[in-house]
Amino acid sequence: MSTQRHSSYSCFLSYDQFAKIFDVLHAFDYEVIGPTLEQEAIVYGSIRTVDDLPRGWTDIQEPGRYRLQQREDDALFGYVVGPHSWKQFLFPPVSTLSTADRTDVGWQFSEAKQEFPKVAYLGVRACEIAAMQIQDRVFLEGPYVDHEYQSRRRQALIIAVNCTQAASTCFCTSMNTGPRCQQGFDLALTELPEGFLVEVATPEGEAVINSLESEDVTPEIETAAETARQNAVEQIKKELDTTDIRNLLMSNLEHPHWDEVAERCLSCTNCTMVCPTCFCSSVEEVSDLSGDHVERQRQWDSCFNVSFSYMNGGLVRNSIRNRYRQWLTHKLATWNDQFGTSGCVGCGRCITWCPVGIDLTEEVAILRQSQEQSLLESEQEADHLPG
Amino acid sequence: MSKPTLAVFKFASCDGCQLALLDAEDQLLAVAGAINIVNFPEASSRMESGPYDIALVEGSITTPRDAERIQQIRRDARYLITIGACATAGGIQALRNWGDTAEFMRAVYATPEYIQVLDNSTPIAEHVSVDFELRGCPINQHQLIEVIQSLLAGQVPRTPRHSVCLDCKRRGTVCVTVAQGIACLGPVTQSGCHAICPSYNRGCYGCYGPAAQPNLISLSTHAINAGDSGTQTAHRLRNFNAYATPFREESQRLKNQSEEEA
Repeated sequence: MSTQRHSSYSCFLSYDQFAKIFDVLHAFDYEVIGPTLEQEAIVYGSIRTVDDLPRGWTDIQEPGRYRLQQREDDALFGYVVGPHSWKQFLFPPVSTLSTADRTDVGWQFSEAKQEFPKVAYLGVRACEIAAMQIQDRVFLEGPYVDHEYQSRRRQALIIAVNCTQAASTCFCTSMNTGPRCQQGFDLALTELPEGFLVEVATPEGEAVINSLESEDVTPEIETAAETARQNAVEQIKKELDTTDIRNLLMSNLEHPHWDEVAERCLSCTNCTMVCPTCFCSSVEEVSDLSGDHVERQRQWDSCFNVSFSYMNGGLVRNSIRNRYRQWLTHKLATWNDQFGTSGCVGCGRCITWCPVGIDLTEEVAILRQSQEQSLLESEQEADHLPG
Repeated sequence: MSKPTLAVFKFASCDGCQLALLDAEDQLLAVAGAINIVNFPEASSRMESGPYDIALVEGSITTPRDAERIQQIRRDARYLITIGACATAGGIQALRNWGDTAEFMRAVYATPEYIQVLDNSTPIAEHVSVDFELRGCPINQHQLIEVIQSLLAGQVPRTPRHSVCLDCKRRGTVCVTVAQGIACLGPVTQSGCHAICPSYNRGCYGCYGPAAQPNLISLSTHAINAGDSGTQTAHRLRNFNAYATPFREESQRLKNQSEEEA
C-alpha cells in the first residue's frame, strides 16, 4: 500500500463493472483475498470471481454466538466481521524464520527463503484498517522491524468497504476506529443497490479504477451512500467508556471482580486468536530425529496459554485470574504506554468468539461502576466527618 | 557407544498407540538407526529381556497379574514412558470404575470364576513412577517421535499443554461451538491431535485429556444454560479420558447434581 499523498476523489462503479475488478487485479498480478462462505461463516480466503463473495448472506452475532442468515437482497458486503482477521495473512499463524544444517565443516545457518506475492485485500472494514495500523506500530515502528510482516505489508493493496450495518457486538464508535473508513486504504467502497461509490485514495488504487468504466458521482448517489453508512452508526448499540480507562484498570488490579471473571473464563485463547491486534508468538527450534537439520519456527501464541509465561523458575501467571487480567489490562491500558494507542479497535470478535460469551465491555463497566460507587461512598463519609 | 535399547509393552489397550510407532513410516528408518528396538511383539518375534534404556508402556492396569508385571518393567527400564489414554488415564475401560465389575462379569462370561480382574482400571502412574506421560487416544506419531528424539538429545519434549482451541485457530478452523452450536471439549482439552475433529465439523471428544488448568465448571455451566442436561454434559466427559482427575471430578459433580435435582 502506498503511503504517498494523493488527492482523493470519488466515482461510481456499477455491479457489472465491479465484477470485472477481479480480472483487473489479476492482470496487475494481485492475488485477491476477501470474504467468502466457508465452515458456516464468512471467512477470508482466495477470491477468483465476484461469485466467490457471500452474495445475499449476512451474519447475526451476539456474545458466544455467530450464525449465518440469508438476506432479502443480493448485497455482496451485507455483514460485518467474521472469525478471521487479516492478520493471518500479514502475520501468518506458523512460519519458518531460519534453518540450520550440520555439515562436515560445522553448522550452516540460513534465513528462510520466502516469496511475498502482491495481495489485494478486498472488503477491509474501518476497524480492520485500524488493527493493521496498530500492528504496524508493533512490527515496524519499534527498534526491531519484522521483515516478513514488512514485506507482506508493502505488497498489500487495501480495498476497504464501509460498513452499512452493525452487529450487536460492534463498538468501533467507542474506540474511534469506524464505522467509516477515513484513511489507510487504496480504495474504499460503499455498497448501494445499483453498485458502489468508490473513494480513490492512492495511485495504485487509481490504476485499478482507470482500468474499469467508472461513472461520475451524482448528488443522489452521494446522499444514498451517506444514508447507508449512517445506518451502521445507528445500529451500534454497544459502548465501551474509555474515559481514563488506563487508570481505572491499573488502580483496580486487586479488585474482586477479576476472580468473578476467572470463574467464567476458559483460558482457551480464543479471544486472543481472533483479535486482529494480538501479536504474541513463540519461537522454537525444531530438529529432525538425526539432529542434523533444525528449523526455527514461529507460531501464534497467547497470554492465555498457561505455558506462555513460563520462565526459569516457574510460571509468572499461574491462574486464569492473572491471565485474564493481563490480557485486558494490556489490551486497554498498558498497550497505550507501550505503543501510544489502545490495543482494541472495537471489532467485537473477542465477544462473539468467546465460547462462553464473556464481553470485555461489560467487565470494564462493572469495574467502573464499582469504582464510582466507592468514590461516592467515600465522599459521603467525608461529608459526615465532624469538623 | 552402543545404541540405546527400546522395548514396547502392552497392558489393557487396543494396540493403536503402539501402531503409531509403525505408522511413523517416514521416520521409522531414522528411529531404527538411532535406537535398537529389542522388544516389540507387534513388530517382531525377537524379544529380548531387560534391562532397557527406554520402555514404552501402552494400556492400563486391570488385572492382579498386570499390577505385578509393571513392577518388573519399571525395574528393567531406565526411562519408562506411558503412551496413550489407557496408560495415562485408565482408558475407555475405566468407565467400569463407576459400575459393578462382578455384575459385568456375570453378564459377559459363562464362567466368571475363571476371570481374575481388578475392580478398577487405573493408569500406570498409580502403580509405578513414570518418567513421561504421552497423552492421546491414540497418541500422535509426531509427538512420539518428538519424545524419543528429545530423550536421545537430552531435551525436554515439546508436547504443549494448551487447549485444542489454539490449534483450531492456527489452522483456520472456525469455532464449531460459536458458529454451529456444536458441543465441543476443545477449550478444556490438551492439544496434540492438530485439532482434527472440529475441522470435520465435529466437537472435540477430549482424546488428549484435560488441558493445563481446565475450567470445566464454566464449560458445563454454559452447556447446561444452552439447553443440555447435566447427564448429557457429564457423558461428554466420560470417554477415553473419563478417569483423568479433572474430567472424573467434573462428571461426578454433574452426576451428583442431576441426582439431587431428581
